[in-house]
Formats: sequence, C-alpha cells, structure tokens
Amino acid sequence: MNSLTQIKVGESLSEVTLPPVSRLDLIKYAGASLDFNPIHTIDEEASKAGLPGVIAHGMWTMGNLAKLFTPYHEIGFMKDYQIRFSGMVFLGDVITLKAVLSEETENAFIFSVRAVNQKEKDVIKGKVVFAKH
Amino acid sequence: MFHDLIGSKSNKVKNFVEHGRVKQFAESIGDLHPIYVDEEYGRKSKYGRNIAPPTYPRVFDFGVLEQVKLPSKGLIHGEQRYIFKRPLFVGEEVYCYTELQNYYEKTGGNGLMGFVVIKRYGEDPEGNLIFTEEMTAIITEAVRKAMKV
Repeated sequence: MNSLTQIKVGESLSEVTLPPVSRLDLIKYAGASLDFNPIHTIDEEASKAGLPGVIAHGMWTMGNLAKLFTPYHEIGFMKDYQIRFSGMVFLGDVITLKAVLSEETENAFIFSVRAVNQKEKDVIKGKVVFAKH
Repeated sequence: MFHDLIGSKSNKVKNFVEHGRVKQFAESIGDLHPIYVDEEYGRKSKYGRNIAPPTYPRVFDFGVLEQVKLPSKGLIHGEQRYIFKRPLFVGEEVYCYTELQNYYEKTGGNGLMGFVVIKRYGEDPEGNLIFTEEMTAIITEAVRKAMKV
C-alpha cells in the first residue's frame, strides 16, 4: 500500500480497480450529475449515434479517478485536474485507476494520472497538481 | 461558425452546495468518503466542515450562453480541466457563469472538426473566484452538416 506521505518520484499511489461497469452505475451518475444524454443509458440511442452500445459518461470516469486522492484531504487538495478523454468505456469494462508521482515541489505533488480498461488501453489520461496545505 | 461569439458570457446563477446532492454525487462515483458526507468528520477536519468532490461542479447551473447554439447530440467531449483555489464547501453558495473561451477548426481524417472551448467560473458571494472549469468539445463534420439542415 503506497500512501502520499511515503511515495517518491516515479512511484505510484495504490491502484484501484472498479467493479465491471454496469448500467445502474451510469443511471446513478446520470441522476446525480443531471447529464441525461441517452447514449449513456439507452441502447437504442447509443446505436442511433453509431455506437456498439451505451458508453460511460467521460465525467463518470474522471470523477472516479479523483478518489485516489480523497484520503489525503488533510495533506492538501486537487488544485489542478486536467484530463483528455482518449477511449470509450462500455458496459462490462473493468477500469483501473492509476496515479504516478512525476514531481514533488515545495508546494505540490504533481501526478500523471490515467484510467485503463481490461485491455490496458487508456480511456482517460491527464495530470493532477495536488497542492499542499 | 462560433468565431464571432468568442468571449461572450452567460448570466450568473446562484447555486447551493447541498449535503444530500453531494452525498448522491459522491455515491455515484464510488467515493462515499466521510469528508464529503459525515458532518462530525467534517467538523474535525482541517476545513471544519464537509467538502465536495472535485468534479462536483458538474451539477451546477452555469447559466446559458444565449447565442451559442451547440448541438444537443453528437458532441464529443475531448478534454476537461478544473482549477481550484480551494475545495468547495458543503453548505456554501456559489455564483456560476459560462464563457465561450475559444473556437477553432482543424481538418483531420474525418473531415473538418470544430473545437469549442467553454470556460465556466464559480465564485463566492463576495465575487472571489473559487474554481474554473474548462471543457473542450469537438463537433465532427457529420454533426456540422446536421446543424445546417
């Protein structure tokens, strides 16, 4: 188990692997975020949009990835969180959340972050600047 | 097609960071940490109260950019960035608005693509900035054609 207080540049926070993505996950996120775009919940609408099936909200994955940092709220906060959406997430996909410390400064920890699917393909990728209090 | 509208801003809308909504949101991203939902835990924390997850601004009403008619379907979410001065506090009021920050076009393998950069702002009641959100959305050639019909 790697915690923020112990890791060195090049090392990772403990990874988190999510349960396979379910339709209920996406319905719950739609309700909580008020993003009711039907390509995330209704098969017919996804297929009309040319997709092989419903896809997760990009923001659902981005929201999940942030939880790697939640336990460290007494050390600091996410000052800058930037993400590029690089792959679609389908029902049944198994997503793993990763964060590698790329730099530590006097004021912040800078992480390279990503979420990958079961084929080890990036679905989102970006950077977190975790500012120290 | 949106070049002339770059810099246009929406009205400001008052939002409230409500405990129940934060709990529902935290649950939906599998992050029911007590710093978000447990009042006693929040009181004992550095902040003296509960905070909201960093992607929570998704639920805010950021006003309407009256003239910018984005397609309701077919937009591709390309990038997202949040910059915070501090975390959002549960129970606070946040005044939110939207700006069309940029629009540019690129020709790629799938024809001409439009990139819309929307910047959103959240301020406290005194007008101090709490966070910004920057979203880049991509309008594909197929969607552009449909918009002109």
